Amino acid sequence: MSEEKYLLEMVNISKEFPGVKALDNVSLRLKKGTVHALMGENGAGKSTLMKCLFGIYKEDSGEIFVNGVKMHFDNPKQALENGISMVHQELNQVMQRDVMDNILLGRYPQKGIIVDQKEMYEYTKKVFDDLGIDVDPKAKLGKLPVSARQMVEIAKAVSYDAKILVLDEPTSSLTQQEVDHLFRIINLLRDRGCGIIYISHKIEEILRISDEVTVMRDGKWISTKPADELTNEKIISLMVGRELTQRFPAKTNVPKDVILEVKNLTGKYQPNIKDISFDLRKGEILGVSGLVGSKRTELLETIFGIASYSEGEIRLNGKAIRNKDSTDAIKNGFALLTEERRATGIFGGLNVRFNSIIANIDRYSKHGVLNNKKTKDDTNWVIDSMSVKTPSQNTLMRSLSGGNQQKVIIGRWLLTEPEVLLLDEPTRGIDVGAKYEIYQLIIDLANRDKGIIFVSSEMPELLGICDRIMVMSNGRIAGIEDTKDLDQEKIMTLAAKYL
Amino acid sequence: MVKDKTKLYDKLLNYALPIILGIMILGVIIIEPSFVSIKNFTNILSQASTRAILAMGVAGLIVLQGTDLSAGRILGLSAIVSASLLQDINYAARMYPNLEQLPLIVPFLIAIGIGVFFTLINGFGVAKLKLHAFIITLGTQLIAYGAALIYIDRPPLGAQPIAGLDERYTNLVKGAFKIGNIEIPYLIIYAAIIAVIMYFVWNKTKLGKNMFAIGGNPEAAAVSGVNLTKNIMYVYLIAGILYGIAGFLEAARIGSATSITGQNYELDAIAACVVGGVSFSGGVGTIPGVLIGSIILQFINYGLNFIQVNPYLQIIVKGLIIIVAVSIDVRKYIEKK
Repeated sequence: MSEEKYLLEMVNISKEFPGVKALDNVSLRLKKGTVHALMGENGAGKSTLMKCLFGIYKEDSGEIFVNGVKMHFDNPKQALENGISMVHQELNQVMQRDVMDNILLGRYPQKGIIVDQKEMYEYTKKVFDDLGIDVDPKAKLGKLPVSARQMVEIAKAVSYDAKILVLDEPTSSLTQQEVDHLFRIINLLRDRGCGIIYISHKIEEILRISDEVTVMRDGKWISTKPADELTNEKIISLMVGRELTQRFPAKTNVPKDVILEVKNLTGKYQPNIKDISFDLRKGEILGVSGLVGSKRTELLETIFGIASYSEGEIRLNGKAIRNKDSTDAIKNGFALLTEERRATGIFGGLNVRFNSIIANIDRYSKHGVLNNKKTKDDTNWVIDSMSVKTPSQNTLMRSLSGGNQQKVIIGRWLLTEPEVLLLDEPTRGIDVGAKYEIYQLIIDLANRDKGIIFVSSEMPELLGICDRIMVMSNGRIAGIEDTKDLDQEKIMTLAAKYL
Repeated sequence: MVKDKTKLYDKLLNYALPIILGIMILGVIIIEPSFVSIKNFTNILSQASTRAILAMGVAGLIVLQGTDLSAGRILGLSAIVSASLLQDINYAARMYPNLEQLPLIVPFLIAIGIGVFFTLINGFGVAKLKLHAFIITLGTQLIAYGAALIYIDRPPLGAQPIAGLDERYTNLVKGAFKIGNIEIPYLIIYAAIIAVIMYFVWNKTKLGKNMFAIGGNPEAAAVSGVNLTKNIMYVYLIAGILYGIAGFLEAARIGSATSITGQNYELDAIAACVVGGVSFSGGVGTIPGVLIGSIILQFINYGLNFIQVNPYLQIIVKGLIIIVAVSIDVRKYIEKK
């Protein structure tokens, strides 16, 4: 018997893929007017569970009740029609079209056989006004910054008048202010009696916004508890299944001589970075913080030679250099770990070996023919030294977890023997246990006298492992401080300096 | 100052295609001032008409991240069948000697039926069998060609052109309105009507918006509840109707049909689309763009002939124009870093 007070009940859901039990008797109960956090490491089964809810997968056994009535959806459309909508982690948007086209995709209002553009505009405007979102409905979506696109996607999900809303990592590209804004929207919906399933890796956020927390591990349900009975540490130990005594490894690196000097660097195509000057030492981890749109990625791309600058100078070991492209940059000892791993980092359909050696391919070839043994040896080195969990070198990259993919990419760059590593959001979308390993890797690299620039939107991790933190605001440097003199509030103040 | 410069640059990019067309027309006029005549103008437009109708069909498929290699051969088969059913009853070498005079609408509908039959196979291949459009249309191209050869090469006539067309039929296509001294061929008017309808479908209807959404990001369309299969099939259906109409008109425009009719038209249609700014990565394109693209290509043929450029050189010029026009047009979308 299911009770009326549950908006949604997923009972004893099991799902097996060839060789893997993805879900093993998992249950989830969502109450009316609450935020229910769903947590677990990557591969714990959160996404699979949600895909069963939306009919993208069909569960092997188990039952789903909506408002106490047994239901099964064959596709996302049916779920939408029954008041269940979802903001997907990978934004599913049509960049070439405008905002209102995206909001009303699949349900355009019509006057006869003509799509009613005026109604579309007014409807979108109303939804945005209701949620306090300041985006022009007629703007082309592809021209908007990621954070605005994320807000559009959230507004779209809300606009289905959904009683049940699933948010999958909704804050991954939002700034603190935008996260606050999102939370106000969530609170508004909660007050209206909606139930919200909130999937996130960010424990601080979970504790702030949710009423209940369900933790999954290895496809199994582990616990469901009220959020106020939980702490940071408790959640981590539930997720990892062991006590993680510390979130960050001990800092053992010691900054030495200056390796990289950047002077008055200004991007060619504005808006971009403006008048950036800083230096980086061997063995130093320099954090870069800032809001989305503060041009952190652009700074890394400019240094790496894939974005152009009109003014300024870059000196490596005291010598002026100019990276004209990535080949130059690699030759000069730079490495860039890109922000969007899936889009610009991995070759998902190719194997671990290919992914390990691709940035270093010149060194394995003689007259254009690759030396098989060398590539195998080096791939083994990547797998061993980065402790990559993979069945073999021939395993397809996309079948590895996010954390292991990231380790392969870091290994790929280490094979080029870089002196300066530019890391853009290296822990994005990676589970807690794996994050710790990435932090340890970064500190190890600093111990080997590499200079490291570490861009991140997660302030705790910058404060946790950086020696100094540079805060960017609207393309400019708002301040560079020793980490010990900073806290989250100070960073936020600096980040808003030039807005 | 700098800002004005970039603005001017952007404006130039936005209107690159009409500007290219303008420069070419100007060039031809400078070399041969007598080119300026209504006759030449309507000639170019009527020659571009059937190509433009075909291109508008192909354009929708390119917007869907696909393409169509079969369009030309489908047009050819439609043209052959239309012509064979509409030979003058007094013409000696008729394919169907005993056939009575048919109302024009019958072959017209059969031509459309042939177009739709093939494009629905293409659509099914893309939407259901999940084949790349290149592959399935490569297959149907050969099938349509083979069917045309079998149809045309049989007793009593053997493989010879189907000529001697019914006057009603040729007049329907080659006749013209007279406004004062100006003659406007019906063919241009048909193409214009179809262009208006297609503009309406692309911009004002649900189907059009769904087409752009599916072409721009199929996954986004799917999770938003758009029925991909249905919408893709509709876009292919429309393409088939257009191919059929174009085939019906083309036979009358030429005055005969052979197994060569329509050969390589698909490449001209694809060229017209890309020159007209329809992006091969999907989700981008406009009907006016496709029209301008078709006219540019036809202008190259006609204008260069007019100033007596070596015909072989013309082919090279055409190739260059495609490359230049598209490389300028894609500047609009390339992100500057």
